[in-house]
Amino acid sequence: MNEPKLTEVDASLDGLLEAALSEIEASADLAGLDGLRVRFLGKKGEVTQRLKALGGLEPAARKAAAQSLNQGKARLLAAIDGRKKVLEAAQLEAAIQAESLDVTLPGRGELSGGLHPVTRTMDRIEAIFGRGGFEVHAGPEVEDEFHNFEALNIPEHHPARAMHDTFYLPGRLLLRTHTSPVQIRAMQSQGVPIRLIAPGRVYRCDSDQTHTPMFHQVEGLVVDEGVSFAHLKAVLHEFMEAFFERKVELRFRPSYFPFTEPSAEVDVSWGEGWLEVLGCGMVHPRVLEQVGVDPERYTGYAFGMGVERLAMLRYGVNDLRLFFENDLRFISQFA
Amino acid sequence: MKFSERWLREWVDPPLDTDGLVRQITMAGLEVDTAEPAAGEFSGVVVGRVSSVAPHPDADRLRVCTVDGGGEPLTIVCGAPNVAEGQCYPLALVGAELPGGLKIKRAKLRGIESAGMLCSEKELGLGEGAGGLMTLPGDAPVGDDFRTWLSLPDTTIDVDLTPNRGDCFSVLGLAREVGVLNGADLTWPDLTPVPAVSDASFDVTLQASEACPRFAGRVIRGIRPGAETPLWMRERLRRCGLRPIHPVVDVTNYVMLELGQPMHGFDLAALKTSLIVRMAEAGEELVLLDGKPVALDPDMLVIADHSGARAVAGIMGGETSAVTEATTDVFFESAFFEPLAIAGRARRLGLHTDASARFERGVDPAGQERAIERATELLTAIAGGEPGPVNVQEARLRPARAEIRLRAGRLERVLGHRVPDAQVADILQRLGMDVTADAGGWLVRAPTWRFDIEREEDLIEEVARIYGYDNIPEARTTGVGHLARVTEHERPLAEVRRLLVDRGYSEVVTYSFVDPKLQGRIVPQTPALTLENPISSEMAEMRLSLVPGLLATLTQNAARQIDRVRIFESGLRFVPEGNDLHQIDTLAGLISGDRWSEQWGAERRPVDFFDAKADVEAVLALGGQGAEYRFVADEHAALHPGQTARVLKGDQPVGWLGAVHPALAAELDLEAPAVVFELDIAPVLAANVPAFAPISRYPAIRRDLAVLVDEQIPAVELVAAARAAAGPALSSAGVFDIYTGKGIEPGLKSVALSLILQETSRTLTDEDADGAVAAVRERLGESFQARIRD
Repeated sequence: MNEPKLTEVDASLDGLLEAALSEIEASADLAGLDGLRVRFLGKKGEVTQRLKALGGLEPAARKAAAQSLNQGKARLLAAIDGRKKVLEAAQLEAAIQAESLDVTLPGRGELSGGLHPVTRTMDRIEAIFGRGGFEVHAGPEVEDEFHNFEALNIPEHHPARAMHDTFYLPGRLLLRTHTSPVQIRAMQSQGVPIRLIAPGRVYRCDSDQTHTPMFHQVEGLVVDEGVSFAHLKAVLHEFMEAFFERKVELRFRPSYFPFTEPSAEVDVSWGEGWLEVLGCGMVHPRVLEQVGVDPERYTGYAFGMGVERLAMLRYGVNDLRLFFENDLRFISQFA
Repeated sequence: MKFSERWLREWVDPPLDTDGLVRQITMAGLEVDTAEPAAGEFSGVVVGRVSSVAPHPDADRLRVCTVDGGGEPLTIVCGAPNVAEGQCYPLALVGAELPGGLKIKRAKLRGIESAGMLCSEKELGLGEGAGGLMTLPGDAPVGDDFRTWLSLPDTTIDVDLTPNRGDCFSVLGLAREVGVLNGADLTWPDLTPVPAVSDASFDVTLQASEACPRFAGRVIRGIRPGAETPLWMRERLRRCGLRPIHPVVDVTNYVMLELGQPMHGFDLAALKTSLIVRMAEAGEELVLLDGKPVALDPDMLVIADHSGARAVAGIMGGETSAVTEATTDVFFESAFFEPLAIAGRARRLGLHTDASARFERGVDPAGQERAIERATELLTAIAGGEPGPVNVQEARLRPARAEIRLRAGRLERVLGHRVPDAQVADILQRLGMDVTADAGGWLVRAPTWRFDIEREEDLIEEVARIYGYDNIPEARTTGVGHLARVTEHERPLAEVRRLLVDRGYSEVVTYSFVDPKLQGRIVPQTPALTLENPISSEMAEMRLSLVPGLLATLTQNAARQIDRVRIFESGLRFVPEGNDLHQIDTLAGLISGDRWSEQWGAERRPVDFFDAKADVEAVLALGGQGAEYRFVADEHAALHPGQTARVLKGDQPVGWLGAVHPALAAELDLEAPAVVFELDIAPVLAANVPAFAPISRYPAIRRDLAVLVDEQIPAVELVAAARAAAGPALSSAGVFDIYTGKGIEPGLKSVALSLILQETSRTLTDEDADGAVAAVRERLGESFQARIRD
């Protein structure tokens, strides 16, 4: 360091100031700049030394020299400050540059999974009926003959039992062949009037291209005073339009179920033709009698729909068996 | 049950075409499974008679025949072994067209020109036949059109009968139903009793009278052994799905199909002394007609003689008393068995027979004599023989059908619709019921053949069925709310919120009016809507963005030493534009602090851009439209210039994602980096209804590829180019590594791509994969000057 002698104060700073200003302007980083600040304005800095030396001067000379020195010091401070801002901005810019990312790369972390299409479909069915004021009921899947058959007007040896390929379990138990037993349990436990749907698994001893030994149904039941077949037609029509989100025509075809009368199969208009989508009917008086409901006072309707069938139509699935293969490429299509 | 449309039309012939008839019976509750032509489509086939057969000079298997087809004698070369002089066969003339589009032309067979072809049943789509040419009766009209002569075209209609409609298990039953639907009378065949010409009879005792209250029997002696069932009957049986077996069996089957009464023909010579209808004894066994031995249960009804059971009643006859080629004396059984005495037994024996199907559902208890007379008439016409008298055993009278009361009020209450009284009575009468008008309704007695009419509800169903379910108008139920559509074209916002909550976000609710200073820092270009009377100057502007609120929330939490923050908010932002004010539903989120809550199993690290991006991607994927979104590098006043993406759906900007600008972070004294996102809600909620795409059953091939490219090139562009170049076999492509630094020239980066190839219709080969990879290399080279790293 080139320190001035204390005895001779060069108050003009002429050479020093110019050199210092250009050094500040040329400084490349904040550390260098700070070095310059110390060199000129630090405790032992060149300008500081000169200011300290002022005390040795004549008062008249001192005043002029002090003025000049302080002006120079202020210019240096301003220059350092200005340079500091420039360098700081450059540093931020460089940091930002360095932190720059390829924002098109995929995010890091778990992707969302998806619900099984059967659940997706049942959720919608529940939501639609829920808005109509239907309660959602559940029942056991291991059932007894009374709830699965007898209470539903299907006595032993009834030919309709041949329509149900039943899985039997020890102790005269069976896997329910339909969700209709939930009707019985619900009416037994809470009586009527009642408005319910009962979604769930059902089982039939049958397995081929169009049958799986387990599938899903949603049962519906409305029992009240003054409930009629005309109401059933309206509710199912509304449901089908709500489910398929479009206008559809329904065709009610006479059919036979032991637990409803009159009974109908319901076809929905599909392209040029009709597709069977569910079975329904007016609750058979004998079913009401079984659960202690007076069929003279109360009437009701019931319906049962196959969830996989509806899901296949809704989503264009062409093979029932896919629902139970659980290929994740299949399930993820319904996420 | 399969039946021939022409047969039905002999009974009742409504003015409907086949489709109309099928629709009508389906809509009456007799669901038609299939309606198929009874024969293939063919033309130019006539009845031909072979007048001479000579060996082919150059072929051992071929014969040269002279055939009379109604015109000039024709020379026909024939390869069928059963061709015989004097016999009649279907003859396809030159120009004939056979099923499957085969056209008959003049053709030389080993040097001899054949002017047509003699046909087998199979060649005409008439079933499998016995092999060889289809032999026609000797009196077939030579030269007549074969289709017309065989009563073609005809349709085999298969009706899926419900268990309650046993009465429809016959042409008679279906005809009755069609008659009711069309208001038409039936044309019955001649059922005049065939007088006995002998007094031959065979005793029958009805011991199990509960199970078998009626039994009609008849002996026919001296039928001609070797008699053949005539073609017309064979053809009818075939069209109803049965194969001809023996004239006696064919006749009983024919009567069963026609009248619904199952019958059995015993070889009388095989029966001892007399028959007894009784329950099976414990341990009793029987070999059935099909040769299968069965062990009988005591609840099974049998027809036995003194040597034991000879038939399982209503299910199947026994082998030892079956008719054979040698049979001359026959005993016809035409009985009524109670449905409950038959139900379930056949299944238990592993059987399902035409007889059991009918008896289980109920056979007309008044139809036994009618059937036995019809069978006698048919059998004697075919095979001769001397019928004895019909013996009817009646152990007990079935109780008369109960009178059922149908109340007009109940009918209307159940249907929700009033069917005019006159129409109700008319419908019931047409169905064969006795109907008497009664105060407020009717007293009704069902006909003998209807087993399913027991109570008022059964009558209500009948009225509704014939009246037509379609004619009952819909009526809204008062108790049930409207079943509104649950759309799959839009995801509920609640689901988006739940998704973020599940990903660790907390929902916040911030004021819609914000600090103008902070807002100006974040959305500088847009003037905000200003409150005229704000609560305070820091709450003076309506928000243009949800980000100021989130940032304020972050700093407030940080001030309370909560430094791991994951928050979101949904709500409106308010964007003036000229004189308009857009109030835009918006979702915004912010993460800051450590990626994981502090715990033992994961390294601490601060969150970054790609952590938030995964959350945004999860939100965008919710509606199944994730592939429509792109993230494009962009700049935003409040966001880090190198860590900011504009979110586009297609080409429409729908939001931002980026790290908070370091300068802003410094101003707000943020200790840790923060990443924010903001999305318009409407496009985010839009969803696709899933559309199933077939899943490949063939193995996939994975190929990896590393390329050196300018580090400014976005990875997504490389992937898109690879996707386009690889062709349709590519099932997915992705980036699995990015590398810069040692070994890589400055300004370049190494990007590793994975390509998964899979076809839905075949297994891909290595060559296929090599080709796809080469195409990708080439494209990346051309478009991005990419160099392959090997």
